[in-house]
Amino acid sequence: MPRYLVRRTAILLVSLVLAAVVLFVLLRLLPGDPVNALLPVGATPEQIEAARRELGTDVSLPVQFLRWLGDAFTLDLGRSLISTLPVGPEIAGRLPVTVPVTLAAFLLAVVIAVPVGALAAIRADRWYGPIINAVAQLGIAVPAFWIGVLLVTVFALRLQVLPAGGFPPDGWSQPGPAIEAIILPVVTVALVMSASLIRYVRAATLGVLGADYLRTARALGESSASAMWRHGLRNASVPVIAVLAVELATTFLGAVVVESVFALPGLGSLLVTGIRQHDYPVIQGVMLVSTAAVLLVGFLGDIAQRLIDPRLLQRGTS
Amino acid sequence: MSRRRSLHLAIGLTLVLILAGAVVVSYFWLPFPPDDTSGGRLSPPGDGHLLGTDKLGRDLFTQLLLGGRIAFATGLGAVAVGGVLGVSLGLLAGFATRWLDDAAAVALDILIAFPTLLLAMIIVAGAGASLGTAILAIGIGMAAIVARLTRVLVKQVLSRDYITTARIAGVSWPGVVLSHVLPNIGPVLLVNLALQAGLAVLAEASLSYLGLGTPPPNASWGRMLFEAQATALTSPLAALAPGLALVALVIGFNLTADGLRDLTDPTRVSGPSRASRRRTLQSDSAHQPAPRADASHQPAPATGPSPESRPATEGPLAAPSSGTVATTDPFPGQVPPSSPGQVPPSDPPSGRT
Repeated sequence: MPRYLVRRTAILLVSLVLAAVVLFVLLRLLPGDPVNALLPVGATPEQIEAARRELGTDVSLPVQFLRWLGDAFTLDLGRSLISTLPVGPEIAGRLPVTVPVTLAAFLLAVVIAVPVGALAAIRADRWYGPIINAVAQLGIAVPAFWIGVLLVTVFALRLQVLPAGGFPPDGWSQPGPAIEAIILPVVTVALVMSASLIRYVRAATLGVLGADYLRTARALGESSASAMWRHGLRNASVPVIAVLAVELATTFLGAVVVESVFALPGLGSLLVTGIRQHDYPVIQGVMLVSTAAVLLVGFLGDIAQRLIDPRLLQRGTS
Repeated sequence: MSRRRSLHLAIGLTLVLILAGAVVVSYFWLPFPPDDTSGGRLSPPGDGHLLGTDKLGRDLFTQLLLGGRIAFATGLGAVAVGGVLGVSLGLLAGFATRWLDDAAAVALDILIAFPTLLLAMIIVAGAGASLGTAILAIGIGMAAIVARLTRVLVKQVLSRDYITTARIAGVSWPGVVLSHVLPNIGPVLLVNLALQAGLAVLAEASLSYLGLGTPPPNASWGRMLFEAQATALTSPLAALAPGLALVALVIGFNLTADGLRDLTDPTRVSGPSRASRRRTLQSDSAHQPAPRADASHQPAPATGPSPESRPATEGPLAAPSSGTVATTDPFPGQVPPSSPGQVPPSDPPSGRT
């Protein structure tokens, strides 16, 4: 395990740096000089030069990259081209919206998907087995934002029991309105997430149902529920955890899109606004933070998998 | 045996073909000219307007048909870009030296850490919102996923004995790729690309909904949903119809992929698919608890296809008739890839001990 931990940590760090490189290169490859976003049409060469110096684009690309990366390590992500506010605090200010929505939606999806998926596998021969499958199949084909639109129409516009969008300006200091504001977004993301999760849980459960060790446990006198609980759960959870790590990332992405449906001031709306306004430092910052989060979750998922199933350490772990 | 699966294929293909037919028809006939606003704003169905009109007075059904063009263009275009790029990269990585291959694996993992949609957003950020950008961006995002899958599949195939045999028999590497590698990985790739087509359609809809996809006045289903959101209470059809069309197309692609998987690949490689076939097996033998002494069910990590032994009884059970294989076999005349008993895609169970 310690060897794996070292190896995996090294991969994480290398991945982080490489991801930063990819991001930087991608954004620099794109056409358009960020200076243009800053200056009015017909700016003098002196003004352009000054603006370049201001942005730090007057030096060579590798120097720019090292500067940016060095600053990023000290959590300085530059300033927005539009609002001229520092990007770091801007992102930090959006996290209290995006993180609760992502985590709550993820938890809700797990709470829905694990029992339902396991049930669909264990009781595949009952009438509700196929129905669960069909609903899950339907669920993975539905775009999250459409569910959001439908939920807003029903619960906010028609029934008027929940707000249609927005977030209280003073945030979580007023927990009531804040919670109300994220209920529909959370449900929207969770519904979409649980559809794909159900399929994985069901598959993982089916994978262990016919296993020899379960039959052995049954032969030794354990009830099928107890055998499933003691032996099946642990084995079924290994592939599910690998998927969970990926799903958490997808939940985050879902939240990014769904934020726009509900006009939530989170990371997603920051990114979308940044893209519309060609605000490179903002795009770069949001992408860096989200990529780092995705890589970190993958790292934790891999570690958790190997804690649960040490056999993975012996097999080729590369 | 795999009746349910072929049902999936039938439903999936029917959905895709109906929608494709509607798109083809739209090139010859439209209920109303696209910019005809004579119907009045947000009018209910009637007066020749099958679904009523949108908030600019354009016929909703016409817009829906036009949106179908964009959806198909995205699905097929992105799959073409992603497929060609991804398979080429994956093949190269699979054949590369150890060091290069490791580097490619890490690079692909990083690219995949950017979800397709985010990657597409970055590209849109620079290149500006347009249908072409969206297709290219989604295709590039998809390429990383396809490349990773191809790489894993190639490495699996290359480790087989029949590759060594072919090499000893004097077949060149390009020959091995053409006659052994591609036929063996083709079916799995085909299934994956069908799934990716659905995902591409969803991604384009999301981009358009966010205003980062197809610009107005072109009707993309995602855009139509965005425009219908504000008036969903008074004209619910405008908020329902594009969504339903979207879901129908994506389900069509997904079910087609499901069905194809069973037809082309009786020996599953990874993921939920593997167990979903097991479900078929189990529900079929539900009333008679058949002893399956040779079935070793060890959960494979979902992160990637793992070399697993295939219980001998499972292959023939789900094996399609050779006739059905031939229809989807990209290399007719070749040995049907991964057809049990002829070219064993995995070592016999004893290989594991």
